[in-house]
Amino acid sequence: MLAASALLAALAVALAWPVPLVLVRAAWPDASPGLALVVWQSIALAGVLSLLGALLTAGLAPFGPHLLAAGAAFARATAAGRLPSGTTVPALFGVSAAVLLGAHLAGNLAFTAVRAQRQRQRHLDLVLLLSTPLPDLPATRLIDSPAPVAYCLPGTAKSVTVLSAGLLDLLSPQEVDAVAGHERAHVAQHHNLVLVAFRAWRIALPWFPVANRAQDEVGLLVEMLADDQARRLVPDAVLARAIEAVASGGVATGVPGDPDARTPSADATSVARRVARLIAPPAPLPAAIRRLVVLGSVALVVVPAVLLALPAVLG
Amino acid sequence: MATLGDLERSALERLWDASGPLTANEVRDALNAGSERSLAITTVLTVLTRLERKHFVRRERGLRPHVFIPLKSRDEFVADLMHEALGAAPDRQAALARFVTLAGPDETAALKRLLGAD
Repeated sequence: MLAASALLAALAVALAWPVPLVLVRAAWPDASPGLALVVWQSIALAGVLSLLGALLTAGLAPFGPHLLAAGAAFARATAAGRLPSGTTVPALFGVSAAVLLGAHLAGNLAFTAVRAQRQRQRHLDLVLLLSTPLPDLPATRLIDSPAPVAYCLPGTAKSVTVLSAGLLDLLSPQEVDAVAGHERAHVAQHHNLVLVAFRAWRIALPWFPVANRAQDEVGLLVEMLADDQARRLVPDAVLARAIEAVASGGVATGVPGDPDARTPSADATSVARRVARLIAPPAPLPAAIRRLVVLGSVALVVVPAVLLALPAVLG
Repeated sequence: MATLGDLERSALERLWDASGPLTANEVRDALNAGSERSLAITTVLTVLTRLERKHFVRRERGLRPHVFIPLKSRDEFVADLMHEALGAAPDRQAALARFVTLAGPDETAALKRLLGAD
């Protein structure tokens, strides 16, 4: 079991540091944002599983030949109100760390999801009271403000896309179609679920800089995915102009009486990357490589589970 | 048939238009004025209670009958909304998926170059 634990720990370290950095620096995600999103989710999930697995297997090693037997022995003893024979301080530390970290991550995900839901509901209340429905576009509402904004509020029952009067003034009708298509894609592809998960990961691990980078990168990838849906409705150049107009229009207009609202986004290159891939589309990855990346992502999640289960199967 | 949401919006607009606090009866009269419908007072009270629960209006309980006051002006609510929508409010971004996050001046210049400065 200690060998499995060491392997899992090595995998956890690799997924926590070098692998995400390679992915952040790679050029291909701009060509295949959907594929990159799969890889990010796989890294996050496998990283957490292998870290928890490494702690658990190391902690339970004294109690049995493999994880299931050792876990059962440990649970039986603790349920009876005593520590199992052979308990050591490092073993207890490993088991407690795994349980606490697991609970911390799960609790944070639940907390973040519930809070996001509450904020959305409050914002939706505001939107429904202050906006008017746009007759031409379904589930789209117009808010009377000079600042050009467009966003969607994903909801469990119904989703709403919000456009501002400033945006309609700024953009041509075709550009507005591009923006509306982009927002509909966010809703249709349930991007909010991925974003909440990565946000929870970042909040749960504040001392872990890669979680920050991962959240930024995943946020950008879902924008690219939504852009790709909008490109089916309008030419690439139209979408690029819309992005540029909204990005720079926000600076020029801001919100009356609200200087804070002009705070630029933290990641200043994200809009430029979105526009660049529309103007000069990067070459897509060869199909064989794409298949390899998908296989690798699946393996990343499956391998830690196999490493844990294998000793049990082999006896 | 107006939905409850439409009624909430109309009632809030009457309160904004009013020069001072309104009672439920006054809100109902304002809503019924110039329209063929005649809303029941219970409906109007339901609408006002929902607005109160959502923190859009305040109920002044010191007087009989109770009067209702908007918590903020329309412009202030719109500013709140835009504040959140533009991501200026910290920790609010998770709830929204914006089309574009605001660009800084450097980024805007870079974009203009990319697009051929037209």
